[in-house]
Amino acid sequence: MDEALELSFYQVLAAYVFVLILLLIVRLKGIPREKEIVIATVRMTLQLVLVGFILIFLFENIHPLLTVLAGVLMFSFAVHNVYQRTNALIGPRMKKIIALSMAAGILSCLMFFIVAVMNLSPWYDPRYFIPIAGMIIGNSMTGITLGVNNLNNGMDAYKDRIEGALMLGAAPKTASKQVLNEAFDAAMLPTINSMVGMGIVFLPGMMTGQILAGASPLVAINYQIAIMLGVTGSVSLSVLLYLHLSYRVFFNDRQQLTLSEKTK
Amino acid sequence: MAETNEIMISLNDVRFKDILAIDELTIKSGAVTALTGPSGSGKSTLLKLFNQMITPDQGEVTFMGADLNEYDPVELRRRVMMVPQTPVMFNGTVRDNAVIGFTFAGTEPPPDTAVKEMLSRVHLQQALDEPADVLSGGEKQRLALARALLMKPDVYLLDEPTSALDDETSRGVIDAFAAHVKANGQTLVIVTHDNALAERLGDWRIKLAGGRVMAIEEGTAHG
Repeated sequence: MDEALELSFYQVLAAYVFVLILLLIVRLKGIPREKEIVIATVRMTLQLVLVGFILIFLFENIHPLLTVLAGVLMFSFAVHNVYQRTNALIGPRMKKIIALSMAAGILSCLMFFIVAVMNLSPWYDPRYFIPIAGMIIGNSMTGITLGVNNLNNGMDAYKDRIEGALMLGAAPKTASKQVLNEAFDAAMLPTINSMVGMGIVFLPGMMTGQILAGASPLVAINYQIAIMLGVTGSVSLSVLLYLHLSYRVFFNDRQQLTLSEKTK
Repeated sequence: MAETNEIMISLNDVRFKDILAIDELTIKSGAVTALTGPSGSGKSTLLKLFNQMITPDQGEVTFMGADLNEYDPVELRRRVMMVPQTPVMFNGTVRDNAVIGFTFAGTEPPPDTAVKEMLSRVHLQQALDEPADVLSGGEKQRLALARALLMKPDVYLLDEPTSALDDETSRGVIDAFAAHVKANGQTLVIVTHDNALAERLGDWRIKLAGGRVMAIEEGTAHG
């Protein structure tokens, strides 16, 4: 393996020129976004520096509890992020379903990946566990967010169609089928797109990172293929489970659509 | 099938928001009941109480003697079938839409001859393989009537079935529909603005105003 080319402090500092250029452009164009750009840049820097120290600590103190704790924190942040990013009011029942679906999809795929695919020993080695968990959790978070938003919007937009189907004797699941299918499609689209474009349109982050760190491209693509499949599994499982459980929230025990109490 | 003039649906002391306040009302089996009244009088809301698309805040609604809450709502809606004023068309052809109730129920659809026969009753047999969403408003209403007929429910609930039908043929369609329903001993409830239609077809005419029953008249059509 070749030694990775390390960036010095001043080299990293030089990269901030890009942000300065961006700030100059928005200032000249009169786009009032300077504050957001500065905040985002500072946040990104501080978060990464912090994560760097945390990772160093975890790598030097390998313990299953610490690895699990890191995973739980990442997961909690992801769930919280989904709650924040959904554009509709979601009640406690829906929140539980979101957390449960993500937990089941992520945990099963992550453990399968770590144990069966990578055969990692020990399974809690944070050098592998944490980045892989991060990719699986992050992609599942994006998928679920899209699923939640599309389900909410779809139930609203297709209200008449769903009620029309109920009047024809359809069960709630059958009546919501189109909305559920479209929400699944929308949730899976980023994952499917990234598989389609992978290697041609862009080199994925993990693969790029490994190559920059001196790994052989062949090692890097093997990892990338495996993780991409793991991510697809986790996103689809989480979203499927979420949709399977969540449509019921829109119906009461008398199988009436109850999203807006319209009675006319 | 219930005997003619038995109580098919009854309401007892029913309240729904500030829209409906009905102390007592019965729908007789094997008869055509016309619900009339001005806009906002609660006619459509009343229909939705009959098939549990909504549930009253208080009071009891019964179907064939049993409280509606004792029925599985999905099964109930197959037996008490509502055709809304603006019927929903699903992806697919006129044929697909005609048998969609069977698709929803996961049961064997009726043979093509039966589908064609029902569609011919509403003058849509030639449109069998056309996409349903390109039909006109009136054609969609007629397709919705044929779709309900194919399901053979005990009760039909029609909400303004002629609102998009304006010609002589279309009036014929609804009259033929009512005749077919009665000949089969089924029950029909029609919400309508059209007083002539209510006079012509209604064995019973119920007038609503402000969510209350103003009058119940036995029609001349009653035999």
